[in-house]
Amino acid sequence: MTERHASFAQLKRDFDHGSTSMADGAGLFSLGCDALDARLGGGLATGALHEVCANGEGDHASASGVALAFALRSAGDKPILWVREDKGARMHGALYAPGLAELGAAVERIILVHAPDTLAALRAGADIVGAAGLGAVIIEPFGEAKALDLTASRKLVLAAERGGAGAFILRDRVTRLASAAATRWLVAAAVSVPLPGDAPGFPAFALSLVRHRGGIAPFDLTLEWNRDEQTFCLPAAQFSATAPLSGAGLSGVERRQMAA
Amino acid sequence: MLSADKWLRERGEGEGGSVSPLAFVEKQRGAMRIMAVNEVAGALGLSPGMMLADARARVPDLVTVPFDPAGDLALLEKVADWCDRYTPSVALDGADGLILDLTGCLHLWSGEFELLSDLATRLSFQGFTFRAAFAETPDRARALARYGGHLIAVNRRVPPQQLNDPGRAWRAALPVAALDLSETKETALRRAGLYTIDDLASRPRAPLAARFGAAVVAKLARVLGEEDVRITPRRVLPALHALHRFAEPVARTAYMLDVIALLAEEVQQGLRERGQGGRAFAVSLFRSDGDARRLMIETGRATHDPALLIRLFNERIEALADPLDPGFGYDAIRLDVMVAEPLGAAQAGLIDGQEAGESLAALTDRLGVRLGRERIRRPAFGNSHIPECAGFSVALDSPVLPFAEPEREEGEPPLRPLHLFDPPQRVETIAEVPDGPPRRFRWRRVTHDVVASEGPERIAAEWWKRRDMQGLTRDYYRVEDSAGRRFWLFRHGLYGAEKANPDWYLHGVFA
Repeated sequence: MTERHASFAQLKRDFDHGSTSMADGAGLFSLGCDALDARLGGGLATGALHEVCANGEGDHASASGVALAFALRSAGDKPILWVREDKGARMHGALYAPGLAELGAAVERIILVHAPDTLAALRAGADIVGAAGLGAVIIEPFGEAKALDLTASRKLVLAAERGGAGAFILRDRVTRLASAAATRWLVAAAVSVPLPGDAPGFPAFALSLVRHRGGIAPFDLTLEWNRDEQTFCLPAAQFSATAPLSGAGLSGVERRQMAA
Repeated sequence: MLSADKWLRERGEGEGGSVSPLAFVEKQRGAMRIMAVNEVAGALGLSPGMMLADARARVPDLVTVPFDPAGDLALLEKVADWCDRYTPSVALDGADGLILDLTGCLHLWSGEFELLSDLATRLSFQGFTFRAAFAETPDRARALARYGGHLIAVNRRVPPQQLNDPGRAWRAALPVAALDLSETKETALRRAGLYTIDDLASRPRAPLAARFGAAVVAKLARVLGEEDVRITPRRVLPALHALHRFAEPVARTAYMLDVIALLAEEVQQGLRERGQGGRAFAVSLFRSDGDARRLMIETGRATHDPALLIRLFNERIEALADPLDPGFGYDAIRLDVMVAEPLGAAQAGLIDGQEAGESLAALTDRLGVRLGRERIRRPAFGNSHIPECAGFSVALDSPVLPFAEPEREEGEPPLRPLHLFDPPQRVETIAEVPDGPPRRFRWRRVTHDVVASEGPERIAAEWWKRRDMQGLTRDYYRVEDSAGRRFWLFRHGLYGAEKANPDWYLHGVFA
């Protein structure tokens, strides 16, 4: 009885303070970029729900990249499950194994779950998020996905707290629907720092944190994803690290086509 | 009489039968012909194969119904499903017969006659007219049932020393038609004065074979029980099964699941003794009115854990498109292990990762039962340089392909897109030079200005796999538009050399 009272009091305190176990530093995963981690107070919470929304119509691929990057950061060596709706796969294209590997994912640790509709995706998502032993879960509903409302996201949050893995909702548009997620990010593509020969550079994203349950103020940041280190980094930080433009051995797409 | 039974069942007139003569007709070779009749019409001298006009002249008050062979077959299949309660091995015989292999199933009954009378009671209760026979071989049972003249016949093997004794009576009663031969062979036999099976059986076989063909002798041997050919059952026989019958039909799903749990424990015992686990399980629910429903589940790894099976069946029942309709209740439930595999002895809890793997397998099984196993997939690499064949997704439990992921160079941006469109999407482009990179392209009604591009990465068609030994080469470009969106475009065909005006396609989008 007293124990129950105590846990209720704890719950109430947590509720009043916005979220559970957000501030205590434990259960955070770093994003590998000091500039970003510092602003987030150490990183993002595992066992919590995070929402990644594409900022514009053509930004779904970038949002997917960020969601995958978050998942890779939080999963470690554990499996990543990606729940996709069939409509989304038709509209935005199928996940491509070489492309996943090119972003640094170990393909054998990724499991794709194809759901026929939003409801099925959310049901499957809730089951997966609540399961133990997983690294990260990406749930990708298609379109407005009205079924993913405050109640549904609350269920996912509770499941995530139970499961302990990082849970990410990937939306292909900005929504006005309320959500119980710990953070909400808007992602747009950012112009990359071009490589020699005017070649498109490393994947760059314009990230904006628009909501944080822990009370961190919104901010915008443009970041690159470094797949070799599996870290986020500031733009052009990778560029200096790339091999110098000598001819030796070639490749690097034949040293950017012989420096154009 | 199957057609007549079906017609009466559909009209809800049930047992007793109708008194008016019925004929099921179909148009054949330009004339309406009778395909089936009911008992009354049969007694009036009508038979299948007659012209409807002739039949009408003989029996003016004949009622005609369109013949529905597909519906009849569906009904027969249903009856076959229902007969699963007696044995898992059931075969269809022609358009209106069933053969049950009762080997090893009789110990549940006090004898074959008891089983047959139980079957007869239940079938006639459902409104079927039928004849049943039990015999040593399928062919003899079939002959007895179709031509024996009894409603229920039981024929056991006669001990050898009594071969010349009353056991032969049934042979004299069966016409040669019971051999199921072609019409010409049958006529030939009759013309030779051979009317019954006994006439044939008492003669030496070699001259029979010389005159009427080896098929006649072979059939005769089967009907006499000298040769035993097993039936081909409709379904793959389960490796193991457990059955529970109820004195009173049950209708509650919760109770049903309890019974399935009991059956699962029974099956677990059997599997454990064999050192096996099941990969596919089926539950058959037999409704008291003769309907049978079958639910299948599959698991990713061999298991005999009753709790897991119950969870999966529960999931399966919840995911049904048309929910279970218990009607007046189920009177028997059977659990089959359709596929059994050796199960490695498990030691629990030593390594954490192992347990995590198990819980992941349980999770994917549950999702697979709910969404379908082909929806749980994993990305895989293919052995090809054609982009759409180099990477794809396969079902999670399909065998692992030996192709490793291609080598990547460090410090390079991604050269392959995160999302791939298959088929590629057609785009309109403007290029500075016809064989150069695009300057501007239009995709999904949005125009993109290209600010950075790299290429071409030339990928030739797999001409060695093609009959015409050619195919268009693709020139791939990695491009970035003014908003920073990165795309993978290709020109289909070499400008000038392969195609005068090559098309452009968008094949993927980069993160």
